[in-house]
Amino acid sequence: MSIPRWLTVLLIVLLTAPGLATAQEGDSAEALLEQLAEASPRDTETAIKAIATSGHERARDWMDAYGNNRLSQVKDTGQIVVVLNNRGRDWEVADALTGENLGEMSRRDLDRIAVNNAIRRQLEGVMAMMDLYANDVGVREAAALDLMGKVDGAIVGDVTARIEEEPDADIRSRLELAVAIYQIEEQGSAEAISVLAGSLHPRARAALNNAVASEDPALRPAAEQALGSIEQKLKLNKTAETLYFGLSLGSVLVLAAIGLAITFGVMGVINMAHGELIMLGAYTTWGMQQLLPGQPGLALILSIPAGFLVAALAGIAIERSVIQFLKGRPLETLLATFGISLILQQLVRTVISPQNRTVVSPEWMSGSLVINDALSLTLNRMYVLGFALVVFAALMLIMRRTRLGLEVRAVTQNRAMARSMGIRATRVDIMTFALGSGVAGLAGVALSQLTNVGPNLGQNYIIDSFMVVVFGGVGNLWGTLVAGLTLGTINQLLEPWAGAVLAKIIVLVFIILFIQKRPKGLFPQKGRAAEA
Amino acid sequence: MTTFKKRLASVALATALGTGMNLAHAQEDPIKVGILHSLSGTMAISETVLKDTVEMLIEQQNAEGGLLGRELEAVVVDPASNWPLFAEKARELLAQEKVDVIFGNWTSVSRKSVLPVVEELNGLLFYPVQYEGEESSENVFYTGAAPNQQAIPAVDYLMNELGVERWVLAGTDYVYPRTTNKILETYLKDQGVAAEDIMINYTPFGHSDWQNIVSDIKSFGSAGKKTAVVSTINGDANVPFYRELGNQGISATDIPVVAFSVGEQELSGIDTGPLVGHLAAWNYFMSVDSDANYDFIDQWIEYTGDEAAVTNDPMEAHYIGFNMWVEAVQKAETTEVDAVKDAIIGVTVPNLSGGYATMMPNHHITKPVLIGEIQDNGQFSIVWQTPSTVAGDAWSDFLPGSRDLIADWRAPMRCGNFNVKEGKCGASAGEQAAAAE
Repeated sequence: MSIPRWLTVLLIVLLTAPGLATAQEGDSAEALLEQLAEASPRDTETAIKAIATSGHERARDWMDAYGNNRLSQVKDTGQIVVVLNNRGRDWEVADALTGENLGEMSRRDLDRIAVNNAIRRQLEGVMAMMDLYANDVGVREAAALDLMGKVDGAIVGDVTARIEEEPDADIRSRLELAVAIYQIEEQGSAEAISVLAGSLHPRARAALNNAVASEDPALRPAAEQALGSIEQKLKLNKTAETLYFGLSLGSVLVLAAIGLAITFGVMGVINMAHGELIMLGAYTTWGMQQLLPGQPGLALILSIPAGFLVAALAGIAIERSVIQFLKGRPLETLLATFGISLILQQLVRTVISPQNRTVVSPEWMSGSLVINDALSLTLNRMYVLGFALVVFAALMLIMRRTRLGLEVRAVTQNRAMARSMGIRATRVDIMTFALGSGVAGLAGVALSQLTNVGPNLGQNYIIDSFMVVVFGGVGNLWGTLVAGLTLGTINQLLEPWAGAVLAKIIVLVFIILFIQKRPKGLFPQKGRAAEA
Repeated sequence: MTTFKKRLASVALATALGTGMNLAHAQEDPIKVGILHSLSGTMAISETVLKDTVEMLIEQQNAEGGLLGRELEAVVVDPASNWPLFAEKARELLAQEKVDVIFGNWTSVSRKSVLPVVEELNGLLFYPVQYEGEESSENVFYTGAAPNQQAIPAVDYLMNELGVERWVLAGTDYVYPRTTNKILETYLKDQGVAAEDIMINYTPFGHSDWQNIVSDIKSFGSAGKKTAVVSTINGDANVPFYRELGNQGISATDIPVVAFSVGEQELSGIDTGPLVGHLAAWNYFMSVDSDANYDFIDQWIEYTGDEAAVTNDPMEAHYIGFNMWVEAVQKAETTEVDAVKDAIIGVTVPNLSGGYATMMPNHHITKPVLIGEIQDNGQFSIVWQTPSTVAGDAWSDFLPGSRDLIADWRAPMRCGNFNVKEGKCGASAGEQAAAAE
């Protein structure tokens, strides 16, 4: 039965005697679901097709629930339910036929109607087929994308028919691609190869690769040619992708290091607890999301000032309680702050939990910006890249344009002279350290979107941070920016052919050699203050 | 003869004194159970729950009247994720505290560090985590999975049920992934997979930037053959890895990832929405539909007081190991190490998935192998399982050196690495670990 026909059936059913229709529908629907529940793995396909073509108004919902593992059968009664909330021991369920909420049920009493990747694949195809007739262009486009490589003998006729009716040109070409893949793989059609030429979609490339590998003399030369043109384009896209990866890793390094560039670079304090200040920022994000359940986006935005504050306050506490007493004694400062970092880690383990915490990514940060089928830029990393640049610009502004920045520079260049000019050096110390710590907190907020939020978060970034600051030149914010982005890019360029482990080692060796040659980093500080 | 006399005497005593005997035993010294799990440092994330599990089991055993009429007492030490400290703490437990049994360790390197101590002081160690195999010590009982109880069945599933022909073996750079991948590579080649269809990738501990590797996997997977990733990526590195997979749009229906180190505990730290359908192979899942499991979950939630607490595979391993030890002690009627060691072989106790686990002569146990798909609630839905339980194999058949070795701790062989070709027994696991240091 073709899809348009069941649509007409559905229309007729909806238009004629509603009461009667529902009763009959209810009966058959129950049978349909039972068929699905009792189907052996081999029969599920028939059961799914039966539901898809039944024209039942809830058919799409059932398939959705089934694909998401939410369809269950009550053990005693055999009633089929949709699980609305499947967390914890008692699950909230609704009747699959009527949609009526049945309240909570113990997990012990429910028998899940099993789904797996193979079934999910079929479901995606069937649902995409249904969505092709939706009014919303977005839904249709997603459906067309989903059909890539899922077109089979049963639906190819409908898809081809749909191409004629589809008003949107993009969707039309997508569907043509999907049909062409089927024609090449199943029918060995050489004409279809020309449709795939130039497409960067991995599925299209897979089909061409298979055609090249096949012994069919009619297919091979055309497929090889089409593949050649694709490879050329792919290489360009791959380079662009690697550059983006490099910039993105670099922006993470810059974010992690920029706070240290102030506390270590400008003030000269070797703060081994810098990583834990980052961790505090990340935990603030988690705490904020706990306070505002269901609004991860808002929580994340509020975490930016909150993370800054929390880390800055922690920084002030560290400065007042330990660092101020160790001025000019770098070795002791190093050991004391290392101790603080261990204390903070264990504090988090004991007070919150040794387990990682879940920080949810808001909808607008998940997924990627699709440039073409081969090049898509992940959104969370793009936001982090932007955030790093904004933070850097703000810091430059503070250091160059505000009174605090002026005082900081004065105190670090010549403490005695600055004090004799009436600058309260102690206050400036506190403010500077708080600023550096606060920025570390901001890094934590950003990192919570990329990596684990757990007690070990800080440890993973402390070495990298020092590396970036030293490489960039101590005391120079521009140096930190350039160093971070350079190291990130070098690392990502090396990784594809050296492997992740070796790439890291090569970068370290490179820095060691560089520091041997230029002990003051990329951008050494100039002037009398630097020599002192 | 002497044991017979003893038994006769105790029967006589029991009948004579009736309930009085319980009273007499209760006043005896408690049986000490050592717990050697990191409560601080990097491994605390995984190991603290195992400490709690053993404590809960001890509490339950005491509520049922203890063991041999004596109370059980937990002795908890914190080796702080520091490998040499594991050996020191094990020595402290055995020499000073004189514990009767130890439940502990997570990483292989910590187990190797403890091995010489446990063998020297003749202790008992129950090790609950899946590991790379290639070891069998007289004093250690391996209640986690050996590679043939996890990795190989998982690969079989992908190959036979999903038709996977191209393989990415991705792991963290240390001994467990390297050994497992070596075994898998040989196994896959034996099954006729070409070398160019296998991609092997190692990353450092805690790796957080997965952009390039995920992009490589994506292009490796577009060669026209069904591709899957077999992941031995450890611990913290998993979260950014899965995030990157989700963001780069690799769904489980395109390229499924099967993981050997990702369980409910790890998933509780991730937003699992984009991961639905990716796989894990274990011997237990919290979602197992059995009454034993539901009871265990109820007890665990009650014990922790946390409605969101999750259970996982190593916890089940401790559950099995603890009950096996209890059975063996009851069978031997003493906690004396040599007697328990002999008594425990062949002991069968229920596992949490509705079946039974038996201690084999090579000190490994029988386990079912389950394949689960990640769901949006951080749980796994079981999609496949072995028809019967699989016995753990200490020495892999897919590694050149270990093919000829067998382990059997029953008399008269009593050897953990007997070479059937040369007909002799090699150095003990502890001596080998000490020599390697």
